[in-house]
Amino acid sequence: MQAGSQDRRVELTRALRDAGVTALLAFGLFLPLIGFETQQNIRNELILTTRLPLLFTIVAIVGVGRLVYSLALDPWLKQRTMRPPQATPSAWRAPVAKWFIPFSIGFVIAYPIIVVAIKGLGGAVKWVDNFGIQILIYVMLGWGLNIVVGLAGLLDLGYVAFYAVGAYSYALLAKTFGFSFWILLPLAGLLSSFWGILLGFPVLRLRGDYLAIVTLAFGEIIRIVLINWVDLTNGYAGISGIPRPTFFGISFNANDDGFAAVFGLEFSPIYRTIFLYYLILALAFLTAFVTVRLRRLPVGRAWEALREDEIACRSLGINTTNTKLTAFAMGAMFAGFAGSFFAARQGFVSPESFTFLESATILSIVVLGGMGSQIGVAIAAIVMIGGTEIMRELDFLKQIFGSAFDPTQYRMLLFGFAMVLIMIWKPRGLISSRDPSVFLKERKSISSDLVKEGHG
Amino acid sequence: MVAASDILLSVEHLTMRFGGLVAVDDLSFQARQGDITALIGPNGAGKTTVFNCITGFYKPSEGRLGLCHGDASVWSELEALTDSGKRSVTRGDGALYQLERLPDFLVTQQARVARTFQNIRLFPGMTVLENLLVAQHNRLMLASGYTLIGILGFPSYAAAERAAIDKARMWLDRVGLIERADDPAGDLPYGAQRRLEIARAMCTEPVLLCLDEPAAGLNPRESAELNALLLTIRNEYAISILLIEHDMSVVMEISDHLIVLDYGVKISDGPPEIVRNDPKVIAAYLGVADEEVAQVEAEVGL
Ligand SMILES: Nc1ncnc2c1ncn2[C@@H]1O[C@H](COP(=O)(O)OP(=O)(O)O)[C@@H](O)[C@H]1O
Ligand SMILES: [Mg+2]
Repeated sequence: MQAGSQDRRVELTRALRDAGVTALLAFGLFLPLIGFETQQNIRNELILTTRLPLLFTIVAIVGVGRLVYSLALDPWLKQRTMRPPQATPSAWRAPVAKWFIPFSIGFVIAYPIIVVAIKGLGGAVKWVDNFGIQILIYVMLGWGLNIVVGLAGLLDLGYVAFYAVGAYSYALLAKTFGFSFWILLPLAGLLSSFWGILLGFPVLRLRGDYLAIVTLAFGEIIRIVLINWVDLTNGYAGISGIPRPTFFGISFNANDDGFAAVFGLEFSPIYRTIFLYYLILALAFLTAFVTVRLRRLPVGRAWEALREDEIACRSLGINTTNTKLTAFAMGAMFAGFAGSFFAARQGFVSPESFTFLESATILSIVVLGGMGSQIGVAIAAIVMIGGTEIMRELDFLKQIFGSAFDPTQYRMLLFGFAMVLIMIWKPRGLISSRDPSVFLKERKSISSDLVKEGHG
Repeated sequence: MVAASDILLSVEHLTMRFGGLVAVDDLSFQARQGDITALIGPNGAGKTTVFNCITGFYKPSEGRLGLCHGDASVWSELEALTDSGKRSVTRGDGALYQLERLPDFLVTQQARVARTFQNIRLFPGMTVLENLLVAQHNRLMLASGYTLIGILGFPSYAAAERAAIDKARMWLDRVGLIERADDPAGDLPYGAQRRLEIARAMCTEPVLLCLDEPAAGLNPRESAELNALLLTIRNEYAISILLIEHDMSVVMEISDHLIVLDYGVKISDGPPEIVRNDPKVIAAYLGVADEEVAQVEAEVGL
């Protein structure tokens, strides 16, 4: 009893000391960052003001936070890790896993109808467009990059370049030659995979960090070419007036031969949005279907084997250069499809849409979702892209933080915060176990501890 | 020099330098069809380097590595092949390869030399069965019409995959891993990983199987099982084996022919009975000069 209370006191002193040190550190760090502020006065002069109340609030939050952490959170976490892991997965897991995919597919197919039913024709556009189409584009891009990064284990930081190639191929060819969307979609995919192979040849001798750096540079080169080749791409101004896709030749406009008129409906922009939604949904499904199929074919197994051990692959007679190139070309092709869809949806493309931030977003979707996992990537895309879109909707935050507060400004902060949390909680992504591509008696999923991440 | 009728692999004047270090120095030897040929020597003697040269992972600094398929009479083409600068010649009754001219994956794919590694290199995150299917990549790739036929789901690919699975199953039976077929390879115990690596190499359908210290880290029982497995491979499948070992006692039992390396130089070459009693070999293993061998032998009671 005596010893117990003494332990408790030692613990308390240590926690208090920790909290004090942390608060002091926070004070030192935030004094210049938050404590002082420069403002312009009426004569446009800079004057130094202080924000001491805010500074002390933050320091207090940090100190108390640390105290709570070391007294409550830390012991709880330690206890949790000490508990032996559950031997049998809980009973609800199996049925959930079984019904999850059919249910999700049903839901995404019914989504526009549900939204229209709830919000009415006018109100649904925003929800189908911002939450449906926008998310699905990233799901598709995530699945495409997943082939390169998740399956073949090649770290590609310039994936957006292929997205850009697809978008500009569609924009330029549609405007110049007037080809239809359905001709240009495969063509854009083909051109993108051609660029994928072109990039692949020189860089695939590189591994790991070096490969990442060169692919990053490639992404930037494409963007800078798009900016500077003004004759072709119109530079920063971008290309506008790109023809929109039609529904078997029927355009979505208010004319007499437009979609609404032909089908005897009242004109509304929702029809085009819903059409685009199903278009990108079909493209995303195509990506998923092809990837699932490829994984069970020799080429897909070779990708995964490459990620596991490249030297062993070569010792088995696998041409690793070709194998890497096919992964690059496949990934690039789907980015090209997504790119041409993007151009057709916006009717406008400019280099602004293809910055490194896009590559980073797509890559974080793949990493957070769990490299190689289709479902994980889809969930990550929904959370990340849906999350940033939701930020625009949180107007009630303005009532708390004042009308100058713009929640979208904190998008990236939350993004980063979510990433740190997931990486602590699940370092290999949301769904990290690997599903074998073939089995003799029983399909057992493979724990992420054994699966390699690839090295370049 | 390559006159004998049943030569499979002929290594001539193989030299491999790393900067100033000569890891293999003017090594010549021949491996006969259907033999278990063992390459032995102390650690650092250059055995793995020889393997890496044969399997195309290193480009030799000098030397010629000839490998014949089919009738041994194709050896007569060797000089012509060397002069032509080509990688291989194919005749009706066989083919001849110059291995040092082939990139690593073609050594396995075309010249059909398979290998294992001193530090096991499996695909740990793939199942045992998947490991064996990856080894049959080239045949399956052809059957899947370079993916085109496969992705459209034609039945001809399904049949080829079934055949590949049957082959894998046969080898899993052979090495006693059929029960673990659906487990990740990284989960297997060490000895089983070694056997799986051999099974995987066999799934590439080699004419020559190169094993780099397959008995390393095995207990005596596993070691005996390994010997039995190697003899099966040789006797039933008529596949020649090139074996690296640094433990002499293991190889003496099963090898038909031994080559002893020390500091990259061949110090002995012949059947086990002769090599066993070669004073140079004993000296290399005991780490003493030739003249002191008799004395040391007396001391350790050989
Ligand atoms: N890639 C390499 N670069 C430099 N030195 C090497 C390389 N590979 C092997 N060596 C050197 O060659 C010598 C022989 O090595 P190795 O063939 O691995 O010996 P063994 O397999 O007989 O134990 C060693 O001295 C080793 O350090
Ligand atoms: Mg070695």
